[in-house]
Amino acid sequence: MSASAHSTAHSHSPVSEQPEEDSRRDFLILATGAVSAVGVAGAVWPFIKSWSPSADVLSQATTEVDISALGKGQMITVPWQGKPVFILHRTDEQIASAKKGDAEKLPDPAKDAERAQKPEYLVLLAICTHLGCVPQPIGTGNYGGFLCPCHGSHYDTSGRIRQGPAPKNLEVPFYAFKDDKTLVIGKAVG
Amino acid sequence: MSKSIMDWVDARLPITALIKSQATEYPTPKNLNYWWVFGSLALFCLIVMLLTGLFLAMHYKPDANMAFDAVEHIMRDVNFGWLLRYMHANGATFFFMTVYIHILRGMYYGSHRAPREILWWFGIIIFFLLMATAFMGYVLPWGQMSYWGAAVITNLMSAIPVVGEELVVWIWGGFAVGDPTLNRFFALHFLLPFVIFGVVIVHLWALHAVHSNNPDGIDIVDEHKDTIPFHPYITIKDLYSMGVFLLVYCAFVFFMPNFFLEPDNYIPANPMQTPAHIVPEWYFLPFYAILRSIDFLGSYSKLAGVIAMGAAIAILFILPFLDRSPVRSFRYRPLSRQLFWIFVIDCFLLGWVGYNPADATRFNGALPLIVVGRTCTAIYFGYFFLLWIITAFDIEKPQPVPKSL
Ligand code: HEM
Ligand code: FES
Repeated sequence: MSASAHSTAHSHSPVSEQPEEDSRRDFLILATGAVSAVGVAGAVWPFIKSWSPSADVLSQATTEVDISALGKGQMITVPWQGKPVFILHRTDEQIASAKKGDAEKLPDPAKDAERAQKPEYLVLLAICTHLGCVPQPIGTGNYGGFLCPCHGSHYDTSGRIRQGPAPKNLEVPFYAFKDDKTLVIGKAVG
Repeated sequence: MSKSIMDWVDARLPITALIKSQATEYPTPKNLNYWWVFGSLALFCLIVMLLTGLFLAMHYKPDANMAFDAVEHIMRDVNFGWLLRYMHANGATFFFMTVYIHILRGMYYGSHRAPREILWWFGIIIFFLLMATAFMGYVLPWGQMSYWGAAVITNLMSAIPVVGEELVVWIWGGFAVGDPTLNRFFALHFLLPFVIFGVVIVHLWALHAVHSNNPDGIDIVDEHKDTIPFHPYITIKDLYSMGVFLLVYCAFVFFMPNFFLEPDNYIPANPMQTPAHIVPEWYFLPFYAILRSIDFLGSYSKLAGVIAMGAAIAILFILPFLDRSPVRSFRYRPLSRQLFWIFVIDCFLLGWVGYNPADATRFNGALPLIVVGRTCTAIYFGYFFLLWIITAFDIEKPQPVPKSL
């Protein structure tokens, strides 16, 4: 814009008729523009970054749960990082049905043994992989598992997707058994 | 005295001339019908929302531990707080009604066609900003529907390949919808209506550059014969319509204030449990139905659903170029007119499907609603496609249009 205004203004003077003069000006405008773009991007970054999880949010990395009172067939929902986690003490039938599923055709293939460290305990991030609703407790869905009420996704007794719009199995969060009674969900970060 | 003051001002800022040329004496087609009042009604809604919203904000607290109670405090303790909130909550509903009618008016009479494309685009931008504003506003009372509506809609972003998951965490400011989300949504909900106000001014600027379309969809030939001054002819009509509008609006605000609100939203947000049946506000239902209807593409369903929903709005941007008929108004286009009404009915059907649970059926299971949803989605996009086909290949024979208004 200003370049064309200048070249018309200068067109009477002999100086601008030299082509190098023009290309030098073009170069300066381009270089200034490039440097300003970097400057603007640098100034915008803190604003964008301010939306990312803050230090106090990141610090809530792990949750310890006492599972000694959880009987066979019982399930509890515990909060981890503000998200619900299902801990299910599976019955023998539920384990058997999960193992049976290993051999069937699955939308998101996974073996039950890879999903449960100890077959009795199923630990799942209770967030539907479709659009993030919390599925209903064990026994509500087809395949004996969990039904997500929002758009009708059915997960089996291993938390694998079997039917409905959800693309993936329920996520298994990082967890470890601290001792026989205590389960630790999550990993400390930083 | 007042004249000399006005002269003094006019010599420095020509207000009188502006009011004359753009308002009082601004020429409008003489045959505008009542479908043309919804623009000014939408502006009225915006002003109601700005005012009630500003005063609600003086009593509201954008904190996950306090928000729900703050809204109850507004309802029970604040003087006329119940009125402010019911005006605001129902105001959103009536805002969408006027805007939807306003858009359909444009589609029927060809108001998006040349030379009004930019005017139309700014309208669609307003519509989009309005949806964003209403979505974030609905999160603020922090009830169960607020929370899970926010969870589902923000999760749509996770469908975006590669960056999706990170993007959602960034929007949330955490690993789930929570306090940081509520706080930023409040800030944006406060800001966006003022942005809308700015875009409305550009919308009106574009309107006044090209002038109003009219039910016949033909150009003004002779300004003296074809037009009437905005004041008093249009002002009186707009005011009368505002009276009728207020009658209906007040009936809801005072006698059925919870008609459009969800009972579940009077349960405080619980991140550990999703209500058995979550529904968005009625004005999002058709788009929600389109989103859900794409469930047959396996692991691509989610992304495809999101794209279809976005496309349902985005397609309005290219509508001016899809319609290739020499005639603007559907008044003289029998085939387009029929398609149009099918489209309108289709939108209502989509809304009904969106309102029902995803796995609902009718006729003892013989008709899963998902099938209705898919069909209606096909018809929705089919409308735009057929409109292009019948006009691009001269399949439709328009009736003769009048020579002048
Ligand atoms: C385009 C205009 C606007 C729309 C469509 C809109 C929409 C909404 C909606 C749907 C709600 C939830 C109502 C409920 O169920 O309780 C809401 C709440 C709220 N809005 Fe707005 N709003 C608009 C403008 C504004 C403005 C300009 C402000 C502030 C300056 C504001 C401040 C608030 C506050 C504080 C709440 C929470 C209180 C409540 O839930 O009633 N809004 N808005
Ligand atoms: S969120 Fe679970 S099915 Fe959509």
